Amino acid sequence: MNEASDLVTASLSRGAYRHSLLVRVTHWINAACIAALLVSGGEILLHHPELYWGETGFFGDPAFLSFGSEEGELIGIGLARSIHFLAAWMLVFNAVAYFSAGFIGRHFRTRLLPSRTQLGRAHIIQTVRDHIALRHDPHATDYNLLQKLAYLIVLLLFGPLMVLTGLAMSPAVTAAYPWLIEIFGGRQTARTLHFLVAGGLLGFLIIHVWQVWLVGWRRELRAMITGWQVPHQRSAP
Amino acid sequence: MITRRQLVVGASASGGLLLAGCDRYPLAANGSLLEAADGFTYDMQRLLLPDTTLARQFDRDALSKHFPAINEVNPEDEAYQRDRAEGFPAWRLPVTGLVARPLSLSLADLKRFPARTQITQHNCVDGWSAIGEWTGVQLARVLAYARMKPEARFVIIRAVDGWWDSYDLIDALHPQTILAYGMNGGPLPMPHGAPVRLRVERQLGYKSLKFVNAVEVVDRIDRLKGGKGSSAHGIGYNWYAGI
Repeated sequence: MNEASDLVTASLSRGAYRHSLLVRVTHWINAACIAALLVSGGEILLHHPELYWGETGFFGDPAFLSFGSEEGELIGIGLARSIHFLAAWMLVFNAVAYFSAGFIGRHFRTRLLPSRTQLGRAHIIQTVRDHIALRHDPHATDYNLLQKLAYLIVLLLFGPLMVLTGLAMSPAVTAAYPWLIEIFGGRQTARTLHFLVAGGLLGFLIIHVWQVWLVGWRRELRAMITGWQVPHQRSAP
Repeated sequence: MITRRQLVVGASASGGLLLAGCDRYPLAANGSLLEAADGFTYDMQRLLLPDTTLARQFDRDALSKHFPAINEVNPEDEAYQRDRAEGFPAWRLPVTGLVARPLSLSLADLKRFPARTQITQHNCVDGWSAIGEWTGVQLARVLAYARMKPEARFVIIRAVDGWWDSYDLIDALHPQTILAYGMNGGPLPMPHGAPVRLRVERQLGYKSLKFVNAVEVVDRIDRLKGGKGSSAHGIGYNWYAGI
């Protein structure tokens, strides 16, 4: 079985092969794109730091969320948008490569789909308890249940929502496909959701980096670069 | 009677629109990855999106109670202000460049063309949006009347405050691209660009120039001042604002 052979190889100095080349390459391209999107997206929000529901909205209208009515600027919204769309294109091509290889290959089935064991009631309770107590298994060679769920939510919910709400803000795309706006209930609703889900992605990013740090960032980083996870040493961070 | 279909097809055929080569990004990337990406976005939208689909149109009850007026709302130009005080009798719209019949249209001339009224959503690059009703003449009608030449590719629109921008023929001849002299049932107010503003409904609001005072038909825009096809480049905005 997977886990048994992984434990055997983990006991050898080289460790266990955790991340395929596909996962590693797409992971780092993704990281760069997400960083660029979040930063440029933040600048864009600065230029009208108020969020509305419905079709229209401006300062003075009832707002869902407001960070003030002062327009801020760092690098300019034109430059921010150009960066945003360059990163968006790269992310989309990266995602297409990741998803097609992931579905055709074994990655999604073997790494991301929760196993029957993981979905057992007792296991769910235990893994939630472990996470709250910041207990982790240093010999783990598979993603745990909450990890898998987090990744699946990002891949299958947050990601597609960001793309759809983003396209819903394009005057040219929505002239061709007005349903992009209609499914969200309005242009401003789409915009608000775009920023809310971005907030969710930022939250994921923070937790992700924190968790990597918790379980040993040097070891995890090395695994995500070389693919090999060296055996856990009690004294090493 | 000219049907709308004949108008758009005729004007576009006379502009050589239907050649595939026309839909390529008209500005040089100059080795900039960002510029290349902007060009890629434009090329993809022209390739993948149908040319004549209409931006959403709304009912009167969707009209914004307060339609924001930003940027230029009160041009300093003295001649403009004097003319405005009289109701714009001296205002003329020159239509020049690659046209067989150059024009100089007064406001009354513009109103003699068949009018189009559309209730559409204005989307600012900053992110806010408002819905307004615009009444005017399709730019395609004016260009057809001026007999646009076959080598024409772009239309430059200039404003009284020195602002200018350019549009490819797909947007210039789009049915919703109008020279609007009316707003929300009355004459176009000054803060919104009186006497005439452009409406380009499939791009962001900064492309819908206010205070229009000239139309020029050209075959290229990459050699215009700044080399970026638009005075908006001076504040960092992209020539193409469909995204």
